[in-house]
Amino acid sequence: MSDQTIDSTFSTGSATRVVHHDTRVTNFGDRLFYRVTQTFALIVILLAFLLVFDLFRGAWEAIQTFGLKFLVGTTWDPVKREFSTLPTVIGTLVKAFIALLLAVPISIGSAVFISFYIPKWLRPIISYPIELLAGVPSIVFGLWGLFVMVPVIRAVQIWLKANFGWFFLFDGPAVYGVGVLSGSVILAIMIIPIITAVSRDILLTVPRPQIEGMLALGATKWESIWQVALPYARVGLFGAVILGLGRAIGETMAVTMVGGNSFDLIHSLFDPVHSMASQIASEFTEATYSLYVSSLIYVGLVLFGITIIISLCAQYLIWRLSKGHVAVFE
Amino acid sequence: MNNGGLQMKDERFRSGEKESRKRDDESRSSKTEPSIAPEQLRLKVEQLNVYYGEFRAVKDIDLLIRTNMVTALIGPSGCGKSTFIRCLNRMHEVTPGGRVEGRVLLDGQDLYGPGVDPVDVRRRVGMVFQKPNVFPSMSIHDNVASGYKLNGIRDHQLIAEKVQKSLKGAALWDEVKDKLKQPGTSLSGGQQQRLCIARALAVDPDVLLMDEPCSALDPIATTKIEELIHELKETVTIVIVTHNMQQAARVSDYTAFFYVGELIEFGETGTLFTTPQKRQTEDYITGRFG
Amino acid sequence: MVTQHSTAERRHYQFRRATERLAGAGMVLCTAVTVFFLFMILGYVIYNGASAIDWNFLTGLPLPPGESGGGIANALVGSVLVVACAVLFAMPIGLGAAIFVNEFPSARLGRTVRFMAEVLTGVPSIVVGLFAYALVVRPMGSFSGLSGSIAYAFIMVPIILITSHEAFRLVPPSLREASLALGVPKWRTILGVVLPVSRTALLTGAVLAFSRALGEAAPMLFTAFGNPFWNLNLGKPIATVPMLIYTYATGPYDDWHQKAWAASFVLMMVVLVTSVMTRAFLRGKSHE
Repeated sequence: MSDQTIDSTFSTGSATRVVHHDTRVTNFGDRLFYRVTQTFALIVILLAFLLVFDLFRGAWEAIQTFGLKFLVGTTWDPVKREFSTLPTVIGTLVKAFIALLLAVPISIGSAVFISFYIPKWLRPIISYPIELLAGVPSIVFGLWGLFVMVPVIRAVQIWLKANFGWFFLFDGPAVYGVGVLSGSVILAIMIIPIITAVSRDILLTVPRPQIEGMLALGATKWESIWQVALPYARVGLFGAVILGLGRAIGETMAVTMVGGNSFDLIHSLFDPVHSMASQIASEFTEATYSLYVSSLIYVGLVLFGITIIISLCAQYLIWRLSKGHVAVFE
Repeated sequence: MNNGGLQMKDERFRSGEKESRKRDDESRSSKTEPSIAPEQLRLKVEQLNVYYGEFRAVKDIDLLIRTNMVTALIGPSGCGKSTFIRCLNRMHEVTPGGRVEGRVLLDGQDLYGPGVDPVDVRRRVGMVFQKPNVFPSMSIHDNVASGYKLNGIRDHQLIAEKVQKSLKGAALWDEVKDKLKQPGTSLSGGQQQRLCIARALAVDPDVLLMDEPCSALDPIATTKIEELIHELKETVTIVIVTHNMQQAARVSDYTAFFYVGELIEFGETGTLFTTPQKRQTEDYITGRFG
Repeated sequence: MVTQHSTAERRHYQFRRATERLAGAGMVLCTAVTVFFLFMILGYVIYNGASAIDWNFLTGLPLPPGESGGGIANALVGSVLVVACAVLFAMPIGLGAAIFVNEFPSARLGRTVRFMAEVLTGVPSIVVGLFAYALVVRPMGSFSGLSGSIAYAFIMVPIILITSHEAFRLVPPSLREASLALGVPKWRTILGVVLPVSRTALLTGAVLAFSRALGEAAPMLFTAFGNPFWNLNLGKPIATVPMLIYTYATGPYDDWHQKAWAASFVLMMVVLVTSVMTRAFLRGKSHE
């Protein structure tokens, strides 16, 4: 895209004329356009760096005061000005993983059903409620969770404690209703649509000859799905699960409303505990002095860090698996 | 071990009954040879009509497939030969809208009879596809064993023996015996197709259907598979679809010519190619169309 | 070749049949559970919320806490204002960057940007709120609608970038080549051919981003914050619907709870309309 003038040579009779076309205007337009769009692209990258930079800057006071002990200590006391975040990290991770445990079988099961068990015309109809569920704002999930789901969970918890209270998971304050179990369940409901939708798209790309190959050996439909289709798609399915995990870890509003508001290490499924996101959401506007605010931003930084690490690990794993002799997606 | 014929409901499809009761309708089709002993007749197709939804793609086929012989199905693109062959192992019904009317008798048993499970049919009638469909998530060993293990066989020794036998039967053993644990997709195209053949052989089918098995392969790999077919037919009855007439001439004992969903002519390969009875057959063979 | 079926094989066969049936039932159950939850949520929102919606609700201002009546007009308008302003920021950036990534593919920058966008979609919205707080609220010294817009814009840029990029990828290269062959410069080709051809997909992406931002409460907690009064000034705290739902839902008054359901109903209507529109666009596109 350098400045060039185009010469046309043409002959009329015995004379040869050379005409110069001035293409600098067009090239200028292209160059300008390139620079403009490039600027926008750079802004996107700038935004990412700005995010990290601002988080560090905001958390700096807390980082200087507490260092890495912030990540392993268990006290969160605004009065004594002692802050550490291990209980909420654990709270976040535990709720997210239990949510995955509940959501993944249901999601993959639904995706298999939609992809393989129903006729083509029925697919968009059944997929529609799932897409709608994915679009429900988390605050609405929180509202519903608080007023509809929590009473149900509370009843379940009370029953569990009465009958199986000797089991450590059920040995907790059942009457609260809000807690790890509620938080996990609402998270599970929230991530099912995402995992289902992505899994369905992935499963629909499994080539028919693969499945037919297994059927032709005398397999039942389920056997061909379980032994061929799912393994073929496992990289993509893994990606779908990671997507759900990311959402579960970063989710704020719903978990704030049903996950419980305590900073203690959890011992049972019924214990209330903050996740990192809900902690920030609840405390931020109450933070009255700068170390308090800085500590909360430090929590935000840790949350961001965990999200990024999971995302990068997942990308790396997918890249590794794809380079092997497993089918590549996208 | 008499079965109840077509009355069985939900009973396992049994085979091997040397019944002579299905001898009556030889005279029905003028396109086939008369009076063959039942042991020599592996598959008998009667008045087969194949539909995609309402569209009838294949019309009124009567065909005899002889035991331990290679029967080739030839014809121009879209003539229904692939559709037809997929009816022999009940794979056509897997396609959405796929529907079959008529009978396909394997050793006297109608594959489409009431109570017959397609799963059983496909164990008896195996299939090799146009493009090798090796399972990428499995090793070479596991690929070959995948069909065999469906019946709950767990004994590693038995499985390993079966894998070896099948790979030998597919003329692949020497090339892969040292790398059985490697992924199936690490092989070349021709090797992958032989792997698919080994996989199909591992379930001990009576009939092996091959749907243009060499169309995605280079000439050397094609030759290897054609040689393989010669060996295989001693243990397995083979039906092969091919768009390559020379291949049909090289490989098959009997040939059926399909055109626009109908069976135009059927006969011994040598005869059909040198003295075809029908004009359309002659036109196709001499290259006037197709 | 006779295959004998032993009794062991018969039993295993029955087992396989049973597994097949069980698996099928399991799949149906999973899907039923998913659909069940949607209807549960939608049902309760409609049941609890629809009854509280009236003209006063949509046009009135909130009354002092404890008094029943009043409306959420300030939040409705506030939400639209904040999100619209966010679109103003996010659309050019997302679209421009998407054009760069797709139309100048030799730049390694392009692939990095696309990768960054994918990563950014995973940033928790509360962290985005912190970012906007540090960037705007702190220097400004007060909560403001503007900081809320910036937070929303941050969330929207990756969505718009990715959907636009995918839209551009779908434009057949032959269209571009035809235009270039006529002597049209590249930039005019992009603006005059590529953009119009993909306009439905681009619009869909924008609508999706708009609808997504409309429902996000977390970033508002310490940016736009909330305002019980009528306010159109983006330099001051502004009420938004999701923020209002949060405040009312966690508050002590039954009247507030009821309003929270009603406001959720309004949000859900937006989500429904958006999804129907998106569906219609996508279907229309496939017919083209």
